[in-house]
Amino acid sequence: MDYFLQQLINGIQLGTIYALIALGYTMVYGIIKLINFAHADVFMIGVYTAFFTATWYQVPFPIVIVVAMVVCAIIGVTMEKIAYKPLRYKPRLSALITALGVSLFLENFCALPFVFGPEYRSFPELIPLKRYVIWKTYDVSVTNIFLLNLGVVSVLLCGLFYLVNYTMIGKKMRAVSYDKATASLMGINVDRTISFTFAIGAALAGASGVLYGLTYRSIQSPYLGIWPGWKAFIAAVIGGIGSIPGAVVGSYLMGISEVYANSINSNIGFGMAFVILILVLIVKPTGLLGSKEQEKI
Amino acid sequence: MRSLLKRHLVITALLLLYIVISLSYRFELLNTYVMQLIMFAGINVVMTVSLGMINGFTGQFSIGHAGFMAAGAYSSIFLTTVIFQLTGTALPGKTLWGYLLFFLALGIGGLVAAVTGFLIGLPTLRLKGDYLAIVTMAFGEVIRTIIRVSEPLGGPRGVGGIPEYTNFTIVFLFALASIWLMRNFLLSTYGRASRAVRDNEIAAEMMGVDTTRQKVLVFTISAFFAGCAGAIYAHLLQYIHPDNFTFMKSLEYLIYLYIGGASTISGAITGAVIFTFIPELFRRFQAWRMVIYSLTLVLVMLLRPDGILGNREFRFLQRSQK
Amino acid sequence: MNSLLEMHQIDHYFGGLKAISRFNLALQAGEIVGLIGPNGAGKTTVFNLITGVYAPMQGEIRFNGIPIHGKRPSVVSNLGIARTFQNIRLFSEMSVIENIKVAYHSRQNYSLFSALFLTKQFRVKEGEIDQMASQLLEIFGLPARAHKPAGSLSYGEQRRLEIARALATDPSLLLLDEPAAGMDPTEADDLLNLIKRLQKDFGVTILLIEHQMRVVMGVCERIVVLNFGETIAEGTPAEIQNHPKVIEAYLGGSTA
Repeated sequence: MDYFLQQLINGIQLGTIYALIALGYTMVYGIIKLINFAHADVFMIGVYTAFFTATWYQVPFPIVIVVAMVVCAIIGVTMEKIAYKPLRYKPRLSALITALGVSLFLENFCALPFVFGPEYRSFPELIPLKRYVIWKTYDVSVTNIFLLNLGVVSVLLCGLFYLVNYTMIGKKMRAVSYDKATASLMGINVDRTISFTFAIGAALAGASGVLYGLTYRSIQSPYLGIWPGWKAFIAAVIGGIGSIPGAVVGSYLMGISEVYANSINSNIGFGMAFVILILVLIVKPTGLLGSKEQEKI
Repeated sequence: MRSLLKRHLVITALLLLYIVISLSYRFELLNTYVMQLIMFAGINVVMTVSLGMINGFTGQFSIGHAGFMAAGAYSSIFLTTVIFQLTGTALPGKTLWGYLLFFLALGIGGLVAAVTGFLIGLPTLRLKGDYLAIVTMAFGEVIRTIIRVSEPLGGPRGVGGIPEYTNFTIVFLFALASIWLMRNFLLSTYGRASRAVRDNEIAAEMMGVDTTRQKVLVFTISAFFAGCAGAIYAHLLQYIHPDNFTFMKSLEYLIYLYIGGASTISGAITGAVIFTFIPELFRRFQAWRMVIYSLTLVLVMLLRPDGILGNREFRFLQRSQK
Repeated sequence: MNSLLEMHQIDHYFGGLKAISRFNLALQAGEIVGLIGPNGAGKTTVFNLITGVYAPMQGEIRFNGIPIHGKRPSVVSNLGIARTFQNIRLFSEMSVIENIKVAYHSRQNYSLFSALFLTKQFRVKEGEIDQMASQLLEIFGLPARAHKPAGSLSYGEQRRLEIARALATDPSLLLLDEPAAGMDPTEADDLLNLIKRLQKDFGVTILLIEHQMRVVMGVCERIVVLNFGETIAEGTPAEIQNHPKVIEAYLGGSTA
């Protein structure tokens, strides 16, 4: 029982990391119907940015996370301007392939020796680990890092919720995601709105990167974004791509089931996610909380 | 008349190519390494062209093609290697009996991959664009996971000791036959139906084309060829491993296809050949290889989205009667 | 006498919006019937319901007595119903003649084996397909363009190709969705004559959605008028022209 609960906590932890990445995927898809495969690599850049900021400058955690979010936001916006904007009105397939290309480029470029390099790094202990036993009978404990994760994601989610539903820019984002052409006719600067969306999504991924480094402490290589990226993406799709609550729900589902599946057989862990995805898509093609896109015939 | 001459020209050219390469190898002008590279080119061509059937000609977005290759590779070695390893009997080696087994295994590899393609295609080809891409990628990984947890198939350690049945002649003939068959499919009414699905699925449906059936058909046939390619691949490498067939591998074929030109067979062939040989020029700059590939891909997509070859097919692949 | 097409008490909604309500229609073989009404009245929805794009929430649709509601479009097409689209849906990357040839895929099919191995059956059937397609192009005045990509045709030619393509499927019922859209009066007159010829030479029954009254009045024997998803009038062109409800629907408010 204690193992079960402890794994649940691990699952929530993992889900938190995924959630922040998944939000970026879902927001970008919602607004320009593009699966930004390179999003996972923005996450990776967040991890490395946090690493370098913490190691070189010895700054405290809050600054690290802000720096990472800003850097990632810049990368996200740049990516959009250079590679995706030119293809906005071209067939979707071209943009998808381009996204794949950008992703591969970022990974391999960062792996070059004079950039990040392919070697393993250990994330510094920014915050000394403290364990709190929360359920004496079952010996279940949480760490302060875990609580920090929950705290950060709560703050960011609240911020996002407020942004999307109660601000002007949020309204513009929603308008553009419904109908680009009409939104522009109503005076909304579509380009800027899209850039802003990318920036927010990328910043969230950056935050996730920082939490990832802080929690798991090991930086394998610049390819570290691939697996979390795909998992987060699948989570977003399961939850209903384009739906913000869906991304969150899907991520926690994904994180928890992955942890449990891994404890049964580590080889299954990977495949598990995909099996769930396939099942969900076949039964409910638009995801758990997604909505059907109407095509005019 | 001219077309007949053109076709003879092509056959002569192909024959010449075969003879030149075989003799060069025989007389040690080409070493084993280059020969292996040439054989890889043949395998890659079939993989890329078969992917092109789905992505280029039918307008679907399948990004898990390596999964079919894996299905073909693993099911083929079952007959030529695994059975012997499990029962402890000696391998037949390069005897007539051995080669017969190999050809049977080749067919089985293709069929297993085809059935896999059919089973995957049926439920998932109702999905559109992005969703289809995700699911095909997922299935590719699921296939890999199944292999990884199957002990008889070597699990995560892979299977070694596969006899080297593949040789240049076999690859050459296989590539030729595959391209010919796929070309015939695409030039027939089946090809037209595929392109109709690509150009305007709703209109195609309104004209009596059962679009789901068509997509599944193309998927299955494409998977067959990928599976055969996988079988040939396994018997060349002599040791296969689930990590030979990751999503990265699927991505490679996507790159070959889209840079060469997704909507033509010639494009697929060109992409595959270029990208099999070019990395050799970059041997020293291994780290830069993927950087340059990916950058090329992005540039091609931005500047010349139809690929290097654009929309044109080599003459000999077009219809002989207009 | 059995009608060619029967739509009985059809209801269809989109979310909370009622697109079609208690709709009834009976088409007799050989008729040319017009379906008119202001924009958003539900006309294209009727087409989509007949052709299987949507399955009606309520009601039945029968074609030659066979229920077709809820069947997929390719099945409906193979039963003998063809349609053109409001916004042209040609296979733009394919040549003009190939656009026509797609129609024969489910009808003149040769086996996969024949296709793969270039057998005699393949060559013979392809020859027949080519002939049939060429003949159709002749009739529609498009033979010179046969091998050009369909997307490169002029607007008028594209519209003609749409119709030719629909006819290639050898339908008994042809649904034309605003075929005269974007045409000037001369072109509209040509279209008018074309539609009459279709009825005479091909023996198809035609259901026509159209806004250009010139065409509607000139070619339809009977007209059904929709507004807000409901039939508000039905009758001959003369009756409809002076029908108060119709005038109100188009002009708004009574004219008395």
